[in-house]
Amino acid sequence: MARNVSTQRKLLTTAAAWTIGILIFFPILWTFLTSFKTEAQAIASPPAFLFFDWTVENYFEVQSRSDYFKHFMNSVVISFGSTLLGLLIAIPSAWAMAFAPAKRTKDVLMWMLSTKMMPPVGVLVPLYLMFRNTGLLDTRTGLVMVLTLINLPIIIWMLYTYFKEIPGEILEAARMDGASLAKEIIYVLTPMAIPGIASTLLLNVILAWNEAFWTLNLSAARAAPLTAFIASYSSPEGLFYAKLSAASTMAIAPILILGWFSQKQLVRGLTFGAVK
Amino acid sequence: MNLRTFLLGTCSAVALAGLAQAETLTIATVNNGDMIRMQKLTDDFTSKNPDIQLEWVTLEENVLRQRVTTDIATKGGQYDIMTIGTYEVPIWAKQGWLLPLDNLGPDYDVDDLLPAIRSGLTVDGKLYAAPFYGESSMVMYRKDLFEKAGLTMPEAPTWDFIAEAARKITDKDNEIYGICLRGKAGWGENMAFLTATANSFGARWFDENWQPQFDQPEWKKTLDFYVKLMNDAGPPGASSNGFNENLSLFQTGKCGMWIDATVAASFVTNPKESTVADKVGFALAPDTGLGKRGNWLWAWSLAIPAGSQKADAAQKFIAWATGKDYLKLVAEQEGWANVPPGTRTSLYENPEYQKAAPFAKATLESINSADPKNPAVKPVPYVGVQFVAIPEFQGLGTAVGQQFSAALAGQMSVDQALASAQQLTTREMTRAGYIK
Amino acid sequence: MATLHTRSAARLMIAPSVLLLLAWMIVPLAMTIYFSLLRYNLLMPGMEEFAGLSNYTYFLTDPAFFQAIFNTLAIVLGVLFITVVGGIGLALLLDQPMFGQGIVRILVIAPFLIMPTVAALVWKNMFMNPVNGIFAWLAKLFGLQPFDFLANAPLFSIIIIVAWQWLPFATLILLTALQSLDEEQKEAAQMDGAGASSRFIYLILPHLSRAITVVILIQTIFLLSVFAEILVTTNGGPGTQSTNLTFLVYAQALLQFDVGGASAGGIIAVILANIVAFFLMRMIGKTLEA
Repeated sequence: MARNVSTQRKLLTTAAAWTIGILIFFPILWTFLTSFKTEAQAIASPPAFLFFDWTVENYFEVQSRSDYFKHFMNSVVISFGSTLLGLLIAIPSAWAMAFAPAKRTKDVLMWMLSTKMMPPVGVLVPLYLMFRNTGLLDTRTGLVMVLTLINLPIIIWMLYTYFKEIPGEILEAARMDGASLAKEIIYVLTPMAIPGIASTLLLNVILAWNEAFWTLNLSAARAAPLTAFIASYSSPEGLFYAKLSAASTMAIAPILILGWFSQKQLVRGLTFGAVK
Repeated sequence: MNLRTFLLGTCSAVALAGLAQAETLTIATVNNGDMIRMQKLTDDFTSKNPDIQLEWVTLEENVLRQRVTTDIATKGGQYDIMTIGTYEVPIWAKQGWLLPLDNLGPDYDVDDLLPAIRSGLTVDGKLYAAPFYGESSMVMYRKDLFEKAGLTMPEAPTWDFIAEAARKITDKDNEIYGICLRGKAGWGENMAFLTATANSFGARWFDENWQPQFDQPEWKKTLDFYVKLMNDAGPPGASSNGFNENLSLFQTGKCGMWIDATVAASFVTNPKESTVADKVGFALAPDTGLGKRGNWLWAWSLAIPAGSQKADAAQKFIAWATGKDYLKLVAEQEGWANVPPGTRTSLYENPEYQKAAPFAKATLESINSADPKNPAVKPVPYVGVQFVAIPEFQGLGTAVGQQFSAALAGQMSVDQALASAQQLTTREMTRAGYIK
Repeated sequence: MATLHTRSAARLMIAPSVLLLLAWMIVPLAMTIYFSLLRYNLLMPGMEEFAGLSNYTYFLTDPAFFQAIFNTLAIVLGVLFITVVGGIGLALLLDQPMFGQGIVRILVIAPFLIMPTVAALVWKNMFMNPVNGIFAWLAKLFGLQPFDFLANAPLFSIIIIVAWQWLPFATLILLTALQSLDEEQKEAAQMDGAGASSRFIYLILPHLSRAITVVILIQTIFLLSVFAEILVTTNGGPGTQSTNLTFLVYAQALLQFDVGGASAGGIIAVILANIVAFFLMRMIGKTLEA
């Protein structure tokens, strides 16, 4: 029992926090509401908030036009695939950096992060040519590879900051007991690092899910994820806010739900070593 | 996870085995209403051609253009059929990137295609793309507002009349703006409109020696007219309005006039989408008496990349999608007003179509009066009405469009905008080797 | 206290990611440098020739170049400012006891999960549009003239949209850091009679410094290449008022299809980004060591 907070004050903070929270969330809520309007209502002024003729027609229309499930599966495979592959490569590296740091470890880490600063559009043509020559265009494999490489620095960084928080004495103790390196990792380190790995996974799935440059430019029909699905609704000819809203809702709903259900893990993962 | 992978693998193996004989065509297309309708009607095609499967890549116009251009230029081979416009066809055909369409079947009747549209898709006497729908631009106006103001819209108005009427109709307190025009920067947005308008003011992009002409009085007149008119009678935020934004303004009854693509006619007269559906009239795009009207010409067309392994199947599909029977098919399913317009003479001679589409006559006249090979009053070295069919134009048009959009937003003067347009065009054309 | 054995094992374990990232960096980079020295337009194949440094001079003398640098920095700094200040405020608020904290947190996280394209489309069409947008409706409600955000304050509008997307990220990191602050420390400060403001300046802010640096580091990496938001909302305009470096390179690459020019632009952008990175790393390095 730290402080005795007056109920009045608590109510006040509650009101303030809820107002701000709803304001921040409002654009998404509005998209959601708009997806149930007709096109005419969607652009009506004054805007209708709740009292309009709710319709699910837009969702049927969207589904009849494009195979949502195909794009959805591609998004799932690409975002989880690239994240898992990234974790596989990153865990040993991050472990080594955290527990056997060399003089240049910090520099290597910083250099890795700096590879993320290259503007992707500048290397589109070289990469497109490479993909064409290796037959990777419009394949999930190709997209998984690119997204793995893009997010690898972030994955390593996050894991590194986690692993560093694990007290070294525990490892010493394990070593005293004669645990081998492999056992050390599997039995001692991994259980302690699971929250960290989980949040790294979540954050990177989110980043990969929303990546819209490479996924759009290196895919055509077969590997196109939800970002391509969205690109078929923002139309320069004809105005379809309601359909666009429905498509947007469908594209962001899975990740929104995932993010909400796992927000505890996600929040823990978002520290990036900010807490010591 | 394992089980799922296994199942997925099995499924795709089965699917592959089933399709062993079938050819799959990957079709890249733009997400406009008429194409989406085509996508929904493909059962008709696949039932007639059971050995051909279709896979669609439907994208927003700008993304589509980037994708197909990158792919065809690097010979990526991702698409068997591409939807491209009048701008791309002459450039790509010259590069040898497109397959001439010479095998569209006996019933295709190439001579039925509207001459202006066909000529824009023909290079050295060969048709390189088949038009799916064609458009020009025209004036759409509110008959009720004109009546209230005591005005009558002539069939072929002049710019002076348009300006006068726009100012008269404008009633900013009630959110009625006399005229809505494109202002959003982009070679296919404000520059499509402004280039076509400039033609009617006697201006041109380049003289015969590829010298940019933005320092000439005709361009100044064009831009002065446009900026002043929009300031007096245009909606707020005009400099970020493109086709879509203006469409929504017009549909919600906020514009007295709108000069834009002829395809918009079916949107603004559709009572499901438009609050002013029964009050819209049509007229030809305005002129200044110099012999050219400010209307453009565009056709979304289907083409096959050279070197395609599936050329025969692809031609079959194109013949289906752009043929006469397709028009009938759409008419049966969705009514005559919804068939893809602007490609075939026979459609405009069809009395049922004339009855169902009040905008048919104005559309046809607009298309017929556009001449891509002779767009301006003065001679020009290029092809294209609202664009210049050279590879550099996309970038150039967008950069110039940004200047003009800034002039409209009041962030620079008309003279400044023209001067910097002239400067950056000269710079780019010199680099590209047009100006020696 | 690492042994020789673990050290070589460590090298072995770091090797895959280093090699991969090295390849990922060097192969495209080498190709880009090579292309940047060519006159190479995708739309005019067969005309490639050595062009020396002309692509670089062309890109550097682009009238929009300095504006683009300025805009790039303005976006980074503007968004950082809003997200850090707003994030601290929100974190302080969310740290207080209240009803339904979990739900509020869910609401606040949401923008971070949204695809940038979707976010930009929603803001542009449904909020900032001067005729149909909600802001215009609000303005009219109060009898004001609707403000045309994207035409009259394009850079500001983009900063707002991007900041909206990144505010949750900053808030969550700062909130976690705040929660790790010892309850005892806070109480001790209160006992000493420290007021709210001096508690904030002498206790909370120093404690947050590490979290703030992390926010700055990670966000800067993403903010240097803001793109989708610009493409969807203003197309870099009006004029070049909202063109940043990434957008300038995009115009070369996907509007002009000028691979040579775009490659040169890409290289210049990489160099500039690395200059920023250099300063950033020094600053971050220091804070994170501590």
